[in-house]
Amino acid sequence: MIALRLGLGLVTLFVISLLIFGAVELLPGDIAQEILGQAATPETVAAFRRELGLDQPAYIRYFVWLGDVLQGDFGNSLANGRPITDLIATRLGNTLFLALYAAVIAVPLALTLGILAALFRNSLYDRAVNIFTLTSISFPEFFVAYILIFLLSQTGWFPSIANVSPEMAFSERIHRTFLPALTLTLVVTAHMMRMTRAAIINLLASPYIEMAKLKGASPTAIILRHALPNALAPIINVIALNLAYLITGVVVVEVVFVYPGLGQLMVDSVSKRDITVVQAAALIFACAYVLLNLAADVLSTLSNPRLVHSR
Amino acid sequence: MSEQSLLLEIKDLHIEGRADETWQPIVKGVDLTLHRGEVMGLIGESGAGKSTIGLAAMGFTRDGCRISGGSIEFDGINLRKASEAKRRGLRGKRIAYVAQSAAASFNPAHKLIDQYCEAPLSHHVMSREEAEKDAVELYRRMRLPNPEEIGFRYPHQVSGGQLQRAMTAMAMACRPDLIIFDEPTTALDVTTQIEVLAAIRDIVEQFHTAAIYITHDLAVVAQMADRIKVLLKGDEVEEADTRTMLATPKEDYTKSLWAVRSHERKEQPLAGPGETPVVSLRNIDAAYGKAPVLFDVSFDIHARRTVAVVGESGSGKSTAARVITGLLPPSSGEVLFDGQALPTGYQARSKDQLRQAQMIYQMADTALNPMQKIREIIGRPVAFYLGLSGKALEERTRELLNLIELEPDDFIDRLPSELSGGQKQRIGIARALAAEPRFIICDEVTSALDQLVAEGILKLLDRLQSEFDLAYMFITHDLATVRAIADEVVVMKEGKVVEQGRKSEMFQPPHHPYTELLLSSVPEMDPDWLDRLLAERAAAGTEPA
Repeated sequence: MIALRLGLGLVTLFVISLLIFGAVELLPGDIAQEILGQAATPETVAAFRRELGLDQPAYIRYFVWLGDVLQGDFGNSLANGRPITDLIATRLGNTLFLALYAAVIAVPLALTLGILAALFRNSLYDRAVNIFTLTSISFPEFFVAYILIFLLSQTGWFPSIANVSPEMAFSERIHRTFLPALTLTLVVTAHMMRMTRAAIINLLASPYIEMAKLKGASPTAIILRHALPNALAPIINVIALNLAYLITGVVVVEVVFVYPGLGQLMVDSVSKRDITVVQAAALIFACAYVLLNLAADVLSTLSNPRLVHSR
Repeated sequence: MSEQSLLLEIKDLHIEGRADETWQPIVKGVDLTLHRGEVMGLIGESGAGKSTIGLAAMGFTRDGCRISGGSIEFDGINLRKASEAKRRGLRGKRIAYVAQSAAASFNPAHKLIDQYCEAPLSHHVMSREEAEKDAVELYRRMRLPNPEEIGFRYPHQVSGGQLQRAMTAMAMACRPDLIIFDEPTTALDVTTQIEVLAAIRDIVEQFHTAAIYITHDLAVVAQMADRIKVLLKGDEVEEADTRTMLATPKEDYTKSLWAVRSHERKEQPLAGPGETPVVSLRNIDAAYGKAPVLFDVSFDIHARRTVAVVGESGSGKSTAARVITGLLPPSSGEVLFDGQALPTGYQARSKDQLRQAQMIYQMADTALNPMQKIREIIGRPVAFYLGLSGKALEERTRELLNLIELEPDDFIDRLPSELSGGQKQRIGIARALAAEPRFIICDEVTSALDQLVAEGILKLLDRLQSEFDLAYMFITHDLATVRAIADEVVVMKEGKVVEQGRKSEMFQPPHHPYTELLLSSVPEMDPDWLDRLLAERAAAGTEPA
């Protein structure tokens, strides 16, 4: 079953690469003409097309591109001719760093808040947590970001501009990127927390929960030992969706904090019509989505003994 | 039954449940006294408050219920006044609970042994190693196969009857003084039920445990209890020791319970040789994926006849129904309708072919769309199959409600949640009739209902059959139902038909050995029945392991 899911994941990635390549292919205009300008003679354009390999049929170019990508070579930027791999490497690293930073705060926080909300359901605490997380998810990201800048940067505790460089010390990095990470945390926590709470509460009417109560289990044991293991599948899936969002959906936050991430690079490249870079970034984002969802499916399968241990 | 010390004393217990924003009484002043080592049977129909009283004996109420009056004293501890922590300390340790459906009451995420060890560990009764060792010993006493390793399986890897025994073992883990058995064998086949009953009785005797045994099955309670208390709608009807109660019930209600299995339909003669059966299965083989389920199954069902298909769970009864309806295309063989072969899958069948065969389900609760009014539930097949609309549709819907003996004005705009179990099942019948079929499959239609209600449903089905010349296929594991309604019987085991014939022949010896096992496993209203049967089987060497 897991092997099947892995296979499906590969197929999805393949289809996505086809879609991205096809979408770029459909864009109007000739890239060689665009680069060389209106003054170029047809001969020069043809020669340049040969050099770029554009005279080949689309399917051959697709497989050449795919083959290169699989070896880690995304080709060269059209804007400045530098290899895309170099361009992306640091940016991707930065994006992953920020996503991981936010996830390390948000996931445990959301799970804890959700479990506590299930344990003390309908209490004052439950309502307060719900109101707070829902409020923070309801505001646009840039608004949350500016509020945080106002509160935490005006006081001089954290910098409002998260300009990082590869040679920066880890602690310095953590300090500089705290505000974007906190903004992202506020944005994703509500979703995960509410799913945790709902998935657990949904199970509390089950006969096996009543049985646990009648065995004298404490409320904490009932939530942690009896409800949570059975609620893992939906929780894992929501966590995966939010992690994917942390990688792919952070453009606004990157812009607000001037953070050199992959999202910003993609936006810049779109405005510069740097098609090859857009293509590469899109593929990386798609991979992140597919891989995280794949991981979620595999993990939720593993969390269900009925699927792991056959009869 | 000699002088024993008092263990549980419930006095004038009142319990209320929240319904429609008000508190409605569920239990109305019940007294219950139980001594050490004594087994009390609580019996009554659903809604009698049996389970509620059983749970109250643990100081527990379900969400939406509250104890509003009376006292519950367990071994000198007032359970109503005790703190929640104190009550929690008793539950699982001194008072244990065995639920109706072990399959639903074991946590699917943990192994049996982990669930077994939970109570002994959390109550600090023994260490993990001691508890595991003890579990194996109790599994052995409950006659579970492979007692050393069965605990290391997950609930879904163990059969229903075994789970029920594992749950009894789990309840015994801390050697409680009192166990509440809440319909522990209701969900089991008759043959499995015997094993579980025998195991429960042995272990309760061995450890001198007191028990409250809740059931709606009189014959079962006769085997298990020292005393029986009869309940009706939250009130006590009467209480007496088992033999007295069975021999000379005082109250009319008790007598009516005792006499309940009285409906018996006159057996129709066999159809003539020239008559084409309405439905005919010819050498059907079927499989779920690669697992074969049916092997060479053949039987006929004629108009105005009821064919009861009996067998244990997993014998292929319901699979045969799925083959007939086209939900599961057979791997070989064919289904004839009026002598014409039907396409194997329902997608390939014409609307008229689909209309001719309808189904009534076991769980009327889940078979009716909870968001639709009765008007839509019954009206939909009328509109779909017969193309009626507007006034004609309304009239036909009302006519159908009259047929199932429900007042149209009163019921047509209700939701399923506003009906009782028996009424829901009647709606299920009306929905099947709405298509004006010639053949109806009744899949365990009475097994979720109380005996008196079930009887009403059987009578209704009987009347409709003679009115509309219907052919019934009646899937059931309950031989009393077979006796009440069938003309012919098909006995299935492990996907094969082991015996078929007229009902009158079926209930007369000689039987096929498997039919004999089924017949002899039906509990009888005689308190010595289980002992006698076990002795007979032990002597014959046929006692199931």
